[in-house]
Amino acid sequence: MALTNTKLRLKGAQTGHSLLAKKRDALTTRFRAILRRVDEAKRKMGRVMQLASFSLAEVTYATGDISYLVQEQAKSASFKVKAKQENVSGVVLPAFEVDRVSGSDFNLTGLGRGGQQVLRAKEVYAKAVETLVDLASLQTAFMILDEVIRATNRRVNAIEHVVIPRLENTIKYITSELDEMDREEFFRLKKVQGKKKRDAEATEAARKNKEAAELVEVPPDLAGGGGDLLGSKDEDVIF
Amino acid sequence: MAALSQDRNLLAVIGDEDTVTGMLLAGIGNVSQNQKKNFLVVDSKTQIPTIEAAFEEFTQRKDIAILFINQHVAEKIRPMVDKYQEPFPALLEIPSKDHPYDPSKDSILKRVHKLFGE
Repeated sequence: MALTNTKLRLKGAQTGHSLLAKKRDALTTRFRAILRRVDEAKRKMGRVMQLASFSLAEVTYATGDISYLVQEQAKSASFKVKAKQENVSGVVLPAFEVDRVSGSDFNLTGLGRGGQQVLRAKEVYAKAVETLVDLASLQTAFMILDEVIRATNRRVNAIEHVVIPRLENTIKYITSELDEMDREEFFRLKKVQGKKKRDAEATEAARKNKEAAELVEVPPDLAGGGGDLLGSKDEDVIF
Repeated sequence: MAALSQDRNLLAVIGDEDTVTGMLLAGIGNVSQNQKKNFLVVDSKTQIPTIEAAFEEFTQRKDIAILFINQHVAEKIRPMVDKYQEPFPALLEIPSKDHPYDPSKDSILKRVHKLFGE
């Protein structure tokens, strides 16, 4: 009973192990792809931001310093992100999506001069931020995957190096114990058989002896019967 | 986590004047009702505790999805940035005009390279 249970558990552990290993492999494949893309995107970001700074420099050249104005005018975000989810073998990976509302912010900025440059800078920066958002979602996916892969690895290793050996040991112990019991039982049966045989022989021998004794112990004079009681006198008996 | 990431839709930025201006031009600026801004301008006079407080605040806020920080600013509070491991908000180090991007300093790229075994 216990052996069957343990065997079932071992089988379950092995199935779980192979499933987890598969999951880990799938995640790792995904992870490697993301890793490469993160690396690329980070490098690309450097270039994009350079372009953006340059366009802002153009603005500054054309209109003068607008940073104070811009900072004071900021009220509510028109450039937002939406998080959507992607499922990779049971792991939810967030991906940010740009959610842009064409706001009327800063419409008056650069009204005097340099309006064109301001517009261009706005566009360039919006593009740059989009790149950054992409990168951020890649990076978030990277972080989460890293975490999940580590957890999965831990579980795979735990099953492989702790759970399965333990179950195997239990099974081995149970089997050896059962074998031991088997041998004991066999030995006991043999003993019993031997004893029975000896008993049987003894009874047989006794019976034979008895028979022989009976054959020997019947003398011919006794065979005739009790004899005449009156024929002999008993001294004690007084009449 | 699903519900957690749904409410986050703002971007935040800590950086020098030009970076912040550019980002605001793109339209990420948001000032909440209680006058909390989602950006911080760091110049040479900004104290490090101010940056740390802003970093702390932006990473604690529940409506921020991504936090941009200039790399040279991140450098000032590097221990805090390296310690930050949460997926939300995502932390992104970006280059600034005066400080070209150095991939070897990025805390994420450091991990990437470690994983690649380089």
